[in-house]
Amino acid sequence: MERAEELLKLEHVKKAYDGQEVLKDFSLTVHRGEVIVIVGASGCGKSTLLRCINGLEPIQGGRISLQGQVIDGRAKNIADIRQKIGMVFQSYDLFPHKTIMQNTTLAPIKVQKRIRADAEKEAEELLQRVGILDKKDNYPRQLSGGQKQRAAIVRALMMHPEIMLFDEVTAALDPEMVREVLDTMLELARSGMTMLIVTHEMSFAKAVADRVVFLDDGVTVEEGTPEEFFERPKTERAKRFLHTFEFDSVKK
Amino acid sequence: MQDLGISVLFKGINMQRLLLGLWAALRISLISVLISIPLGILTGIVMTLRNPVTKVLTRVYLEIVRIMPQMVLLFIVFFGVTRVFGINLPAELSSIIVFSFWGTAEMGDLVRGALISIPKHQYESAAALAMSKAQIYLYIIIPQTLRRLVPLSINLITRMIKTTSLVMMIGVVEVLKVAQQIIEANRKTSPNAAFGIFAVVFLLYFTACWPISLLSRYLEKKWS
Ligand SMILES: Nc1ncnc2c1ncn2[C@@H]1O[C@H](COP(=O)(O)OP(=O)(O)OP(=O)(O)O)[C@@H](O)[C@H]1O
Ligand SMILES: [Mg+2]
Repeated sequence: MERAEELLKLEHVKKAYDGQEVLKDFSLTVHRGEVIVIVGASGCGKSTLLRCINGLEPIQGGRISLQGQVIDGRAKNIADIRQKIGMVFQSYDLFPHKTIMQNTTLAPIKVQKRIRADAEKEAEELLQRVGILDKKDNYPRQLSGGQKQRAAIVRALMMHPEIMLFDEVTAALDPEMVREVLDTMLELARSGMTMLIVTHEMSFAKAVADRVVFLDDGVTVEEGTPEEFFERPKTERAKRFLHTFEFDSVKK
Repeated sequence: MQDLGISVLFKGINMQRLLLGLWAALRISLISVLISIPLGILTGIVMTLRNPVTKVLTRVYLEIVRIMPQMVLLFIVFFGVTRVFGINLPAELSSIIVFSFWGTAEMGDLVRGALISIPKHQYESAAALAMSKAQIYLYIIIPQTLRRLVPLSINLITRMIKTTSLVMMIGVVEVLKVAQQIIEANRKTSPNAAFGIFAVVFLLYFTACWPISLLSRYLEKKWS
């Protein structure tokens, strides 16, 4: 099978905060259309990794590139690159002083100079697709957590990104709202979007991922298909990590 | 019927004098507010800098303003400056200096509070949408800062208007001073004038401050 285009490439990335190394030597290649799930213990640097990809954090070594263009938060072309990278954060980060429609069309209109009517029409279609079209004139505070997160996904999609980054987007949600957001992401994956997903939802990871990357101590410890990783983990560290999601029966 | 002294108001140009007094008070507070807002915004931005020197300086400035009674500040500027530098500052100018000194500090603290209350995520999610620094401030940060700031600064403005009653202590003829003069002048003929005149003064302050409070409450509701 012919391999799809290499979209995002991380080569020997090093990232430290005040001398404390978070990413030590991290490499990863993401092909167009691939869905990669990144798992790892809390504090192992998953959020940091996504933030580096978006140029929100400077790196101290290695190289991150999107379609061959090096990503550097201080470079002139960062705005062009960021348009190609959609990011959804864990906390609902909608703009509280703008309606859902304004939230989703602001950047397309101001950054991409698109015509308002066109942007609004597209936003309506996307909001319809994620099931919150009736909320378009509401403010974020009037939405539930799950609805806000779906709006945030639409806001990122409106920029027509090449790749979407998701950082534990369901971690702050009430359990009954997790499903609606994950379904939205599954649908997006089915439509062929390239996605890099950080999540603690293991059954979702199994369902959505083409590849699972297990991050520990600043490096990739294990990488494979969901079947390989979840059913037959090779390393001791991965086994121990997966074990934290299981419960031993208390009955003797 | 008991004479409440209302009739004194309509003697000669008394009412007009009271209104002029009110205008003096409003003029002092208005000019001070107009000076305090831009200087306060600058001070507030300086307060958020991580520079230790500006941190200490602004802190000391704010503490001085908070600890010193406004009256003491007025006396220092009006009498002290005259003594020490031999400059004769008019009372109204001294009042404006003191009120601006005070307003700038308080406004600065409000701006600082509003700025740091904008979560880091707001900057980052806007940056992730490829917005430029200028766009982030223009469309995301400044509008949210203003929404938090307007009700608070309106509150500061009404406090400044009310505190102008102190400036009569350094001889500015403002509404309260005029009221006293009218009462003094009519002590013989209508001894109850104090009641009526002060009631009118109350109404005058009320009509000056009430619309401002209403506006603040309206904005708070609209933006909450
Ligand atoms: N701005 C920062 N300054 C200093 N240290 C930081 C900063 N952000 C993160 N860190 C540190 O870097 C490490 C990785 O943090 P990161 O948020 O990337 O972890 P994570 O894998 O996303 O964890 P979680 O699953 O809890 O979200 C942590 O030890 C954290 O304390
Ligand atoms: Mg994280």
